[in-house]
Amino acid sequence: MILNRRGFIGTLAASGAVLAAPAVLGQTKPRVVVIGGGAGGATCARYIAKDSDGAIDVTLVEPAEVYYTCFFSNLYIGGFRDFESLAHRYDKLTGDYGITHARDMAAGVDRNAMTVTLAGGETLSYDRLVIAPGIDFVDGSVPGWDLSKAEIMPHAYKAGPQTQLLKAQVEAMPEGGTFCMIAPPNPYRCPPGPYERISMVAHVLKERNPTAKILLVDPKEKFSKQGLFEEGWQKHYSGMIERIGPDFGATNVEVRPDTMEVVIDGEVEKVDVCNVIPAQRAGEIAAAAGVTDDKGWAPVNPHSMATHADPNVYVMGDASAQGDMPKSGFSANSQAKVAAMNIRSELTGSKAFPAKYSNTCWSLIETDDGVKVGASYEATDEKIASVDSFVSQTGEDADLRKATYEESLGWYAGITADIFG
Amino acid sequence: MAGRGDIHLALGLALLVAWGGSQVSASEIGDAGKGAEIWGECSGCHQIGPEAKDAIGPKLNGIFGRKAASIEAFPYSRSLERAGRDGLIWTLETLDAYIENPRTFASGTRMSYRGLKDAGKRADLLAFLRDFSDKPRDIPEAEPTARRTLPELPPEVLALKGDPEFGEYLASECQTCHQASGADEGIPAITLWPEEDFVLAMHAYKQKLRPHPVMQMMAGRLTEEEIAALAAYFGTLEE
Ligand SMILES: Cc1cc2nc3c(=O)[nH]c(=O)nc-3n(C[C@H](O)[C@H](O)[C@H](O)COP(=O)(O)OP(=O)(O)OC[C@H]3O[C@@H](n4cnc5c(N)ncnc54)[C@H](O)[C@@H]3O)c2cc1C
Repeated sequence: MILNRRGFIGTLAASGAVLAAPAVLGQTKPRVVVIGGGAGGATCARYIAKDSDGAIDVTLVEPAEVYYTCFFSNLYIGGFRDFESLAHRYDKLTGDYGITHARDMAAGVDRNAMTVTLAGGETLSYDRLVIAPGIDFVDGSVPGWDLSKAEIMPHAYKAGPQTQLLKAQVEAMPEGGTFCMIAPPNPYRCPPGPYERISMVAHVLKERNPTAKILLVDPKEKFSKQGLFEEGWQKHYSGMIERIGPDFGATNVEVRPDTMEVVIDGEVEKVDVCNVIPAQRAGEIAAAAGVTDDKGWAPVNPHSMATHADPNVYVMGDASAQGDMPKSGFSANSQAKVAAMNIRSELTGSKAFPAKYSNTCWSLIETDDGVKVGASYEATDEKIASVDSFVSQTGEDADLRKATYEESLGWYAGITADIFG
Repeated sequence: MAGRGDIHLALGLALLVAWGGSQVSASEIGDAGKGAEIWGECSGCHQIGPEAKDAIGPKLNGIFGRKAASIEAFPYSRSLERAGRDGLIWTLETLDAYIENPRTFASGTRMSYRGLKDAGKRADLLAFLRDFSDKPRDIPEAEPTARRTLPELPPEVLALKGDPEFGEYLASECQTCHQASGADEGIPAITLWPEEDFVLAMHAYKQKLRPHPVMQMMAGRLTEEEIAALAAYFGTLEE
């Protein structure tokens, strides 16, 4: 017998639960529109649909038929996974959970009328709106580069054809050539992501093109898991990677895609591949909806993920400004569950419990050499605040590093099942 | 059903917690002579001494200071192997907890031993085992860095009946890594896990008796009430 869990509603004194008055009971089914079918949006849509047992009508607005995860896309570049392993479809969300997939871009939001307009012209009305569009790039943050140059100097920071292009470029590098990465300033998605990518590119070059060089141009003083990456680079790729930090002009960089040149503090470098990861902001639709601040991110209530601008609009994942959590798929998934619980509570009167959040980011440095960093978080009135954390240690033995890598494979299988059903 | 299990497990926990906080600590060294008699309960599966070989269980010479599941050729359970990899070292304290309830440490351990509830007898057995370690005199009577133990909890807190709906929400956090389908590549499955084992395991992580930094962190911030809620939720799935 499967116990009907919903049967407990109202029969048990809730532990720390807030019983909210249902906002729109009585009317026809309440409607939730979710913009963006990535780690945040798809999780949120799935949890609302799953836990409300059909009592809430959920529409997911996402132009793509297939979502390619950015997480593990570096491992694809390194040759540890094939491209198809990054692909996830929406058929379980529509088939098993009754979610409607509107295959289109959201073009505008009218918060007064509570409607979303799609690029194709259709208008959807909502009782609650979820905006989870991930990131867009800040125009002009790397002089000489804009999206029209991404075919020459790829960002590969939204997974898909860009990732394939970068991998192909690395593999086609001339013998002894130079790979350059322009790393982004804070805050950006996946703090260890650029450095895991450097490791994966080094892994490929070590095998195919061992005299090649890697130039990492980084405007930040410090970066995520720095000690671990630097130890690993020394151990596995000694002499191959050069990092230019802000002291040596990394904050004064220009690229020339037509001649494949990078100008660092006036010095011209000729490179063979240039991976430009520009500064970032919330996906454009969040700004169009008027829920972002002057830094380009959407500030949210740490207890619920509802925006400060509008309590009927929730933002989660990379696009949100929430406090201490890094912009990661794990964080987006964690935040989406808190939002889903609160949205259900507001629309159907189900219980809402105090928010809990967590994150762990695994990175692969070389075959079987995995590391991780993580933290748990709680909501304070001011922000989502870190309460505890851990990070892999330098000098760990090979067994533990291998186990950490294997754990990351388990995590990938787990989180993608949790996002897409 | 959840109700009965809760009471049973509350008693087990009360014991566990009482030992952690009381004077008569099992980590004080016992009487090796008496321990030799208790060894009879172990010797069906384990050997010890100069001639000892791995049998149904691994040989136990030099167990103190050894990493869990570290005899190369021995086919340990995946649970124990994982614990070893995560850094579990056999000490007076960890062995004491393992012998008290093997599943506290490794839910899937192959050691089919109910556990020894009497702390005095455990201390005697540990004294006996210790005599077969390399340099028994170098093994301190108690761990130099005493670990923080849980405060003694009133039985009514331990008997807390969890709210499964709260548990369902809390469990969603587990499912980022632990698959609902029960697949266990790289990360162990937690579905269909007996409630009592679940509660014991969470407390063992919370007390940092079980290694693994992620789980110590996750369990470390769970309250008694939340552990009960999670157990209750996983209980509803079981039926
Ligand atoms: C190289 C790399 C490695 C990474 N590694 C990890 C890792 O190991 N672990 C980890 O946890 N995280 C990792 N990340 C970070 C992770 O990918 C992101 O943090 C996560 O995807 C954020 O989720 P999101 O839902 O906010 O955005 P996304 O997952 O980007 O989803 C946004 C979705 O919204 C859609 N969208 C945008 N605008 C609109 C619109 N107007 N209308 C309709 N749909 C729209 C997009 O098509 C997209 O599908 C990595 C990122 C990169 C780049």
